[in-house]
Amino acid sequence: MSVLVYTESENGKFKKTAFEVASYAYAVAQQLGTTVTAVSFHTDSSDTLGNYGVSKVLNIGNDNLKTFNAKAFAHAITEAAEKEDSKVIIIGSSTDSKYLAPIIAAKLKAGYAPNVVTAPDSTSPFKVKRTVFSNKGFAYTTINTDSKVIGVSNNSFGAIENNTTVVAEDFSPTIADTDFSTKSIKVDKVVGKATIADADIVVSGGRGLKGPENWGMIEELADILGAATACSKPVSDLGWRPHSEHVGQTGKPVASNLYIAIGISGAIQHLAGISASKIKVVININPEAPFFKAADYGIVGDAFEVVPILIEKLNEFKAQNA
Amino acid sequence: MKILVCISNVPDTTSKINFTDGNTKFDTNGVQFVINPNDEFGLTRAMWFKEKQGATVHVVNVGTSTTETTIRKALAIGADEAIRVNAEPTDGFYVAQQLAEVIKNGSYDLVIAGRESLDYNGGMVPGMVATLLDMNFVNTCTGLEIDGNTVTATREIDGGKEKISTSLPLVIGGQKGLVEESDLRIPNMRGIMMARKKTLTVIEPIDVTTATTDVAYDKPATKGAVKLVDADNIDELINLLHNEAKAI
Repeated sequence: MSVLVYTESENGKFKKTAFEVASYAYAVAQQLGTTVTAVSFHTDSSDTLGNYGVSKVLNIGNDNLKTFNAKAFAHAITEAAEKEDSKVIIIGSSTDSKYLAPIIAAKLKAGYAPNVVTAPDSTSPFKVKRTVFSNKGFAYTTINTDSKVIGVSNNSFGAIENNTTVVAEDFSPTIADTDFSTKSIKVDKVVGKATIADADIVVSGGRGLKGPENWGMIEELADILGAATACSKPVSDLGWRPHSEHVGQTGKPVASNLYIAIGISGAIQHLAGISASKIKVVININPEAPFFKAADYGIVGDAFEVVPILIEKLNEFKAQNA
Repeated sequence: MKILVCISNVPDTTSKINFTDGNTKFDTNGVQFVINPNDEFGLTRAMWFKEKQGATVHVVNVGTSTTETTIRKALAIGADEAIRVNAEPTDGFYVAQQLAEVIKNGSYDLVIAGRESLDYNGGMVPGMVATLLDMNFVNTCTGLEIDGNTVTATREIDGGKEKISTSLPLVIGGQKGLVEESDLRIPNMRGIMMARKKTLTVIEPIDVTTATTDVAYDKPATKGAVKLVDADNIDELINLLHNEAKAI
């Protein structure tokens, strides 16, 4: 009856979000008076999960599950849930997790609440708070089914330390060939750079930057901060930057600690997509830009003057605080 | 090839969001409804298949009669026929089960839905439909090529993209990239006239239990005023981000 959590990893290492979902699972387990079991695929060591309240880890090492495959992974997680008799399954909000969750829910005939931002308000009825209308509202949702799948919103609950003795166990789910009826042929991925999905800081540029040739300073600023780069919808529509950088209501959502918007006026769709970020900074030449109403800090000024100085000052700041 | 495009009827992205009836219902007052943007990219891709490779395109919506304006718009864009499952959708699982029934009875080769609808942001309908019917499934799909039964798809992943090979029958959760924004079609007068004559079949829902219920809503707390920093005083911004916001 433990609470089951899918702890995502990449190249053998847990992603930051794995610790957040583990912490969330621990909070649910406390409410239900039970423990947390994690499922992980091809990780080097699962010991770190014990820092976030996980008591047991099912390590999956099947050769054919080295790379992500939604149907096969969902099958494996569902089998783990059945083996542990887990009725509550916790999952993250990465692109891969959002691919898996509905498959798992349909297999288990479970109600699925995505984009959940806080620990359950109650467990009988099982009631959670989640974002709806692209962060313009919240819904309080009861999950009425016996099995439940909860998708935790990125960077909402946080990773909370709870030292627990963790026991690791090898687990080999029976995956059938039919689970591989969709196959990955090729992955094109930026390596060694923060992605919008799990970066602490996102630096984003808009049409105010006048052209793709001016992105050098955005990338430089992002490098100093260890940030991911992003852009507004018009910028991606104009082909100045790739679609994968488009953030906003119809693009990628952002839930970073710090979001820096440069030359972005702040259309309502853009603001909705980035509103889950904790601190927002806007740099815009137009003091009437709507973004100033949504930001925590703002500079009214020309990006081409402000950003180079910001880069210089941040370099000094880093040198002092190194 | 027989294609079904699942469309959801959602508030225009510029809508102000309010709740009514003691915060238990979305306030539709003054709200303009549109085809869910993620679905519209998929519908336009379906038109491409129809015109270039030969396909029949049906659209389906689970909703009350109030969604018919949006359904007619999809017909005016070029879908051949429409189906409306006459029900007030309660949650994503409910919609998925209704759609699965329609797909089973219509033997579709390709089902195109949006990655998520912009109202309740569930992002669950395409994955659930595929699982209920044991069809192949590609989510966050930004590219789709079909040759006979063979499918090559592109999916957006965090930090990049992945190329996938699979086969029909297939369900996709589509988004921008399936076609470009500039490829989206505005219905012309001829399309609108023709849409009036096209078949819109209304069917009654199957009996399904409700897996989740939204019992109440509220809105985020209003934000405090922005702290403006002078453009000549960048040190102050760094100081605030470091000491006050603790963000760097």
